[in-house]
Amino acid sequence: MSDSGSITREEVAHLARLARLALDDDELDRFGPQLDVIIGAVSRIGDLDTADVPPTSHALPLTNVTRPDEVRPGLTQLQALAGAPAAEDGRFRVPRILGEEA
Amino acid sequence: MGANTGTDLVRLTAAETAGVIARGEASALDVTDAYLERIRAVDGAVHAFLHVDAEGAREAARRVDARRAAGEDQGPLAGVPLALKDVITTEGIPTTCGSRILEGWVPPYDATVTRRLREAGLVILGKTNMDEFAMGSSTEHSAFGPTHNPWDLARIPGGSGGGSAAAVAAFEAPFAIGTDTGGSIRQPAAVTGTVGVKPTYGGVSRYGLVALASSLDQAGPCARTVLDAALLHSTIAGHDPLDSTSVDAPVPDVVGAARAADVRGMRIGVVRQFSGEGYQPGVEQRFREGVALLEELGATVVEVDCPAFDYALPAYYLILPSECSSNLARYDAMRYGLRVGDDGVASAEDVMAVTRDAGFGPEAKRRIMLGTYALSSGYYDAYYGQAQKVRTLIVRDFEAAFEQADVLVSPTTPTTAFRIGERVDDPLAMYLADLCTIPSNLAGNASMSLPVGLAPEDGLPVGLQVIAPPLADDRLYRVGGALEAALTDRWGHLLIDEAPQLATTTEGTA
Repeated sequence: MSDSGSITREEVAHLARLARLALDDDELDRFGPQLDVIIGAVSRIGDLDTADVPPTSHALPLTNVTRPDEVRPGLTQLQALAGAPAAEDGRFRVPRILGEEA
Repeated sequence: MGANTGTDLVRLTAAETAGVIARGEASALDVTDAYLERIRAVDGAVHAFLHVDAEGAREAARRVDARRAAGEDQGPLAGVPLALKDVITTEGIPTTCGSRILEGWVPPYDATVTRRLREAGLVILGKTNMDEFAMGSSTEHSAFGPTHNPWDLARIPGGSGGGSAAAVAAFEAPFAIGTDTGGSIRQPAAVTGTVGVKPTYGGVSRYGLVALASSLDQAGPCARTVLDAALLHSTIAGHDPLDSTSVDAPVPDVVGAARAADVRGMRIGVVRQFSGEGYQPGVEQRFREGVALLEELGATVVEVDCPAFDYALPAYYLILPSECSSNLARYDAMRYGLRVGDDGVASAEDVMAVTRDAGFGPEAKRRIMLGTYALSSGYYDAYYGQAQKVRTLIVRDFEAAFEQADVLVSPTTPTTAFRIGERVDDPLAMYLADLCTIPSNLAGNASMSLPVGLAPEDGLPVGLQVIAPPLADDRLYRVGGALEAALTDRWGHLLIDEAPQLATTTEGTA
């Protein structure tokens, strides 16, 4: 097998925080070694010399794609709110977004 | 054709079914009812469907029958039923992407693919099972339980579109829509003895296709025959102003190519990199026999060298997670989908993190974190940046190969269907199932898998992959059509007709 990517448990916890995943201890224990193996395996791409190679971000190059600026029907307020976990007064109801001290 | 009983009806191809309905030998409602009955009888064991829309399907079928009675001109597939992978939005029908985070979500709009199908008079039977957000090669990563391979219920039907492939293989639908980001149409087709096509990137609109990796995702047909795949392909393909990556060019004549089924004078390139260690002997044997048959049919076979393909898998597992971690950031528990932990005290950010932990399964979490890692400052150049350069090298290898050959061929996947549970906790082993299919997604070209026999050692289906340059999708159908005709001639039937009979039950237990 390829080299270990040697990702630490702290790094996994950090990634989980960045990705807004409230992982528990069991998950950290399980995902750490798995991510380590995967990162070790994908690191192989560093072996290729790509000094003069431009990146490809998209399979078929397209530039400045526009469409006619025409008014089309959009979702109604009712449709937009139909899938909401919580709604109030015709709006999305969300948990508090500011901390206590704010 | 005296196909008037339900059992007979579900054995017809989609093309035959369309003919039966057009000639009035059976109504669209008869056909739909036959499939709904078949689903009731076998889906408890197969679990191809996450949702069956019996009422909506019967209504759509009745409308086709009414229009036919009124003498209205209808499309060539009017009244033919199909199944949709649960990643395509359907107004009024739940769309979950195989995830708890979208459980019960009913989209307020149709995908362009859905709209085109409805306008063509096709009848949507329901939504098929899949690995969560299309991440997986076995359908075991569905939050709602795995789908079982109709050839052997203890084995995986491939993934991520195992539900669509199994529905087609189990005669629960004549054909189905799948999506393919790294092989999710072709690998399930290979392991279920069916036909699957990933069109050229941009050939089919992504509007309403819930995004996994936007630069790789592409919807396409799953079918029992090459012609049926072509008919479905031509129905869903074509430019769509609602998808800015949609190709504004005529759809290649895939139906004509499937009917012509002629490989005389074609140059076929065998990819050197896709053989050897890790390939099951029976897979290699059936593949080689398929290539020899193409030669007998008048094609010239050459070997092509694509050294950068050895790096396609690692490049893919950096690019895909990166795009996925961005796309899946939209599941934030605010506007739709699951929300947990909202106790009036917890902050939006806490609710978001708790919800995402509860709503995503292990593979989604792994890939989100992997993408977050690859995109982090300090690692970006070494991982995501380097992967995009490798993508260029893969495109160049394809360009060089297509100077020597009109199409390329390989086994679709290195092994036949593995057992449920065998690779679920070993992500790297799972990823190897897409070894041969990934390069096409990275380069955006067109490719197909079609059945070429059963592996002698386990009696399970083997798929042969055909790859054509971007926008030359018709070549897949010329090759696929010719190979299928020659094999059917040799066997006396389609490979899928050798699939074991499934025990039927009168009550669904799914």
